[in-house]
Amino acid sequence: MAELTMVEAINLALRQEMEKDESVHVMGCDVGVNGGVFRVTDGLCDRFGEDRVMDTPLAESAIVGMATGMAVKGLKPVCEMQFSGFSYFAFHQLESQAARMRWRTRGRYQVPMVVRMPYGGGVRALEHHSESREVYYAHTPGLKMVIPSGPRNARALLVSAIRDPDPVVFFEGKLIYRSFREEVPEKEETLPIGESRIARDGDDLTVVTYGAMTQRVLEAADVLSGEDGVEVEVIDLLTLSPLDDAPVAESVRKTGRLVIVHEAHRSFGPGAELIARINEKAFYYLEAPVQRVTGYDTIVPYFAREQAYLPSVERIVAGARTALEF
Amino acid sequence: MQYEKDFLVQAYRTMKTIRLFEERSIVEFERGNIPGFVHVSDGQEAVAVGMCMHLTDSDVIGSTHRGHGHSIAKGCDVIGMMKEIMGRATGLCRGKGGSMHIADFHKGMLGANAIVGGAPPLCNGAALSAKTLGKKDIAVSFTGDGGSSQGTVLEALNLAVVLKLPHIFMFENNQYGEGTGVSYALGAKDIASRAGAFGMPAEKVDGTDFFAVYETVAGAVKRARDGGGPTSIEADTVRFNGHFIGDPQLYRAKDEVKKLRKERDCLTKFRERVTGEGWLKTSELKTIDQEVADLIDRAVEEALAAPQPDPSELTTDVYVSY
Repeated sequence: MAELTMVEAINLALRQEMEKDESVHVMGCDVGVNGGVFRVTDGLCDRFGEDRVMDTPLAESAIVGMATGMAVKGLKPVCEMQFSGFSYFAFHQLESQAARMRWRTRGRYQVPMVVRMPYGGGVRALEHHSESREVYYAHTPGLKMVIPSGPRNARALLVSAIRDPDPVVFFEGKLIYRSFREEVPEKEETLPIGESRIARDGDDLTVVTYGAMTQRVLEAADVLSGEDGVEVEVIDLLTLSPLDDAPVAESVRKTGRLVIVHEAHRSFGPGAELIARINEKAFYYLEAPVQRVTGYDTIVPYFAREQAYLPSVERIVAGARTALEF
Repeated sequence: MQYEKDFLVQAYRTMKTIRLFEERSIVEFERGNIPGFVHVSDGQEAVAVGMCMHLTDSDVIGSTHRGHGHSIAKGCDVIGMMKEIMGRATGLCRGKGGSMHIADFHKGMLGANAIVGGAPPLCNGAALSAKTLGKKDIAVSFTGDGGSSQGTVLEALNLAVVLKLPHIFMFENNQYGEGTGVSYALGAKDIASRAGAFGMPAEKVDGTDFFAVYETVAGAVKRARDGGGPTSIEADTVRFNGHFIGDPQLYRAKDEVKKLRKERDCLTKFRERVTGEGWLKTSELKTIDQEVADLIDRAVEEALAAPQPDPSELTTDVYVSY
């Protein structure tokens, strides 16, 4: 097995799916000859040609709208938005077209497309280049919203997303694009969309997170184990919509304490929905108010304050202690 | 056209300031002093300056992600800009805008814009305000060849004609939308013919010739101020660097930039013209070069010494009061 970065693992998924299925097409700004702004599509154009790895003019709305049309008529487009913050031009096409096609045709049309978007902070940029607004998509019925947390699950989930008959928005954390490697088997692997995973076992506290924040949560869990003798169960959601809340409820029934960590803005964020679900499913098991460690309700700031915006290991540890000490 | 000496000195000084600001930005980025993604505009100075020398502080411009040159040409403080792109508390936007969102409303600079195709709709609005309020002010949007394919730009072109807005659409065709060549991405013969199809006068100009830009734009400015509506200009220009600092530019021929620097450098052309005509002496240009170099040195020095924003700034300015 090769040790791959997340960039390389996603590239592997694209390459293998394109080899296997001629209807899979990759498209976006600079994805072809140039190999993508983060080099995710590197080498694909040479291998599969310009018809299947298509450079497009700079027009996000047209890219996603066209992908929707391709998907209803027999192809499986995988579009790239260069940054999730650039996808707002395309939001209309996703929300008003792709997401509704199955519903409005009473199931006769399906939209097997993927829109890949690098998201989140950690690249010392600001605003659109660092945002984490997955709730726009998670809030939209008809879209699936997947956010992997590392190379191996990114590869497996992308394969599943490409094969999924519904439109999938696939967020890739820039913070973890190249920050660590994992063994990724050459042999095909998939993971079911809509299933979370337990990233660490523990009996004292449940921490739910996803995407790039998973690494920080695991680090915080080690700190809590070492310094406080507390064992944290970490749940990595992997898919935000449809949300796999059953394992979270089960874990909370065991630990009685829950912290939610995400870099998305706090208000109306994924944490709010999770708390509502836990209130419905495990309210009587809670021994402390659920804590949220999140980005703030502000525009993602420039680098001097970027790390202050993102949940840090220290903030996660502090949030955990608040939940534990209540 | 006859040019006053002061005018020529100002034009040269501003273009040179942009050139050295950009070249120094690359150096400071590589030293780790400028974070994030930075897009420099060296090579395109004559477009920014040839356009903005027609404008007053109450005229507005809307810029692109490649906005340093437009900002300097519109009169933004160079030291404040350097502080801003280094994210410092005393920067032009208090370190909140960075390279891609520099704005200074006192100078009529509506802002650089990370969103490609962001400026034209905003500039339509500024133009409509001026028109509604009975002012003679005009708006100029800068858009790249890549941006010219965004839906927002095409919508704004139409609306400007419908509402007869005092808005000049300046399309800077530097031949690349990020890493994709214009010959591939632009379906029409050129941007001008596409813009013209919306029903406005559309012209083309050599964007590496300051005098050509200045003179071509003059008619559009007059038309806008006199209530004649919008104009679009396509300036054929060059990008001496990659899409962003650090771009390996694998999509360009190896000696392409070298050739462009030799044959299509707007500063070289300007120098040749003004000395050839006897309008300015080489020694005068050299004095300006030195003064600009000193200014950029000072800007970097002051920016590096400037404080970082206070952590409390994280949550300010989202609303009137947070």
